[in-house]
Amino acid sequence: MTLQVLWFALWGVLWAVYFMLDGFDFGAGMLRNFLAEGEFDRGLALAAIGPVWNGNEVWLITAGGATFAAFPLVYASMFSFLYLPMLLILFSLIVRGVSIEFRNKSEGAKWRSWWDWALAISSLTAPLVLGLGFGNIFEGLPIATDGYRGGFWMLFNGYGLLTAILFIALFLQHGALWLEYRTSGSLAVRSRALASFLWYVVLGIAALFLVATAFATRIYDNYLSRPALFLVPLLAVAFLVAVKPLHARSRVLGAFSASCAAIVLVLATAFIGLFPDLIPSSIDPAASLTAFNSSSGQYTLRLMAIVAAIFVPIVIVYQFLAYRFFRAKLAKGTGSEDY
Amino acid sequence: MSVEALSRVQFATVAIFHFLFVPLTLGLSALVAFMETRYALTGREVYLRMTKYWSRLFLVNFAVGVVTGITLEFQFGMNWAEYSKFVGDVFGAPLAIEATVAFFLESTFLGLWVFSWKRVSKGVHAAIMWVVAFASTLSALWILLANGWMQKPRGFALVGGRAQLVDFGALIWNPYAWIKLFHTSMAAFTLSSFFVMGISAINLLRGKSEDMFKRSFRIGATVGLAASLLIILAGDLSGRQVAEYQPTKLAAMESQWDTVSSAPFYLLEVPRPKAERNGIEALPIPNMLSLLSYHSPTATIKGLLDFPADQRPSVAVTFWSFRIMVALGFLFVLLALLAVIFAWKDSLAANRWFLRIMSFALILPYVACELGWVLAEMGRQPWIVYGLLRTADAVSRTITAADVLISLIGFILIYGFLAAVDAYLLAKYARQTEE
Repeated sequence: MTLQVLWFALWGVLWAVYFMLDGFDFGAGMLRNFLAEGEFDRGLALAAIGPVWNGNEVWLITAGGATFAAFPLVYASMFSFLYLPMLLILFSLIVRGVSIEFRNKSEGAKWRSWWDWALAISSLTAPLVLGLGFGNIFEGLPIATDGYRGGFWMLFNGYGLLTAILFIALFLQHGALWLEYRTSGSLAVRSRALASFLWYVVLGIAALFLVATAFATRIYDNYLSRPALFLVPLLAVAFLVAVKPLHARSRVLGAFSASCAAIVLVLATAFIGLFPDLIPSSIDPAASLTAFNSSSGQYTLRLMAIVAAIFVPIVIVYQFLAYRFFRAKLAKGTGSEDY
Repeated sequence: MSVEALSRVQFATVAIFHFLFVPLTLGLSALVAFMETRYALTGREVYLRMTKYWSRLFLVNFAVGVVTGITLEFQFGMNWAEYSKFVGDVFGAPLAIEATVAFFLESTFLGLWVFSWKRVSKGVHAAIMWVVAFASTLSALWILLANGWMQKPRGFALVGGRAQLVDFGALIWNPYAWIKLFHTSMAAFTLSSFFVMGISAINLLRGKSEDMFKRSFRIGATVGLAASLLIILAGDLSGRQVAEYQPTKLAAMESQWDTVSSAPFYLLEVPRPKAERNGIEALPIPNMLSLLSYHSPTATIKGLLDFPADQRPSVAVTFWSFRIMVALGFLFVLLALLAVIFAWKDSLAANRWFLRIMSFALILPYVACELGWVLAEMGRQPWIVYGLLRTADAVSRTITAADVLISLIGFILIYGFLAAVDAYLLAKYARQTEE
């Protein structure tokens, strides 16, 4: 019982950390073509995510693996019910990864321009479909006790699309802040201007999302029964708001950190509301996949909890050190040409 | 085609394609680390150039390996949902541990390595590559522990129609997985050294950077000989395990139809699966099959006809993939032996015919590696978990044939494109011998 609750929390944390980290890769990927003018700036923008994107993506692999190990029924259902969306996510991530790695491996203008666009488009489609998928999960999927009643096109409903737009907006701001923090010169200036503007967009969409959530989902039920939980969405909003004053005072790292916290807390808001469901059924509550009816046995949960307790902190430490290692602003001669 | 057939074709496609990149990652990471260590120790420029040259090829290969690996992580849930429900409790654990303890390490440290040339000392930089090499093998271990459980399930109990883990020790000390790790690692080093020798040979034939490529060739030859010899040991150990754990795979890969003791090994054999016998059986080595399978010249080999027809794997596929893999394995020893002789006598330039052979031979370990996996996975059929769950019962129930057809075509198009780009970049960097 407590292990299942613990794993529900860890499951949420893994996804949230994944979005917090790969989110700025997606954002920077989407914005790069529009913010970086000229070959030098495009190289800088690539070097801002080059050393870290792969390590960030491993959080997705870990989230997937942890879902498999701790909640096999959820793993089996989530990816087979959402087969075509998952396929689009995979294709996007494949193209995104090779775009970053291959873009500078040949000199031709056509080659580079092709990969620039491949990166921009795949960095958009990945969060779009991830947002669509999670939006629909927040609403509940049409799961009956004897099977799945859903289809691909019905995922494109209002709330699913709104969640997709929220993900994209959050990551755009996140990526703009990251580019501003990591780079220098005209690229940083343009990123800064865009981040300032995006703050209004993000706040508007987030407000809309929080209101729509009350109508489209049962997420607030848990909050109404335990009002103290409202602290989480309030903190999410507080951090979203805090991005602005920090940014205005040129505390770029602070603004980026606030954006990190906001992304994690927005997802935490949704996951807390879902509990104990991981995938609620929209047509039959008895068919919902919960932390209690879809988990592994106690032995596996305990084992994986021990593994996570030992290794996740170690991963966080060396990834943090790697980020610190790359904290110097990118400019000419700082290694971006190595890529 | 059915959802099951299409899903199997798709899994074969994405797994075979992914494994084109895995062995080079496993082997070349260690070879590059070794080259850079020599640079750190001797300070000689040629080893720096060597490290940079081979690491460029390594990075191109690594990128495709990474992006095609994500597909496999999610394939089980997408196409094999019933399998995932049945085994998740056991099989999910090593997959999750792989990501947590190995893949994070590999990807974070490789990112560090690529961008830290000017910022850390030679020794530290080389050490970072050793971490990458260690992490990639650690990653292989956990993946093989997962696969090993499908081949020889242990440490579980069936609870409510699902396998539940009860003994993690049994999972991680699965002898099948450890022999597979040995086999796979040696195959990876063989492939990587033939890759290094092959590309060195091409450049030596063109008369480019002779010093660097002669030295690279020598490293490749030495590692290649050791690894290809050790594969024979690994193969022997693997064969004995198959005999012990998977008698149907043994019978199919040897095309043994009848149960016999003191079974001979036919050097020339052509199965006729439809007739349930062999068309040609010639050049027997008496008692050899019994000896190889059970290390006893009189041991009994159970024939396919003594297994129910619905428990036999495809003889044609397993038999030929096994035979060709083994034949190639012995060819690698021969080629590596010649390579060592020519490289250490410094007579490569005088034996251009050999360089020509080696420049083509770099393809062969790829063939052997893939055939090894075809044998391992097709030989396990009709089971997805040997003796426990049939492949036919493992496929997702909520996806349609049209879904899988779309995804299969998508994968073929994207992977075909990746293959073309990868080949282009490898060829480009292989020719680019000067900084």
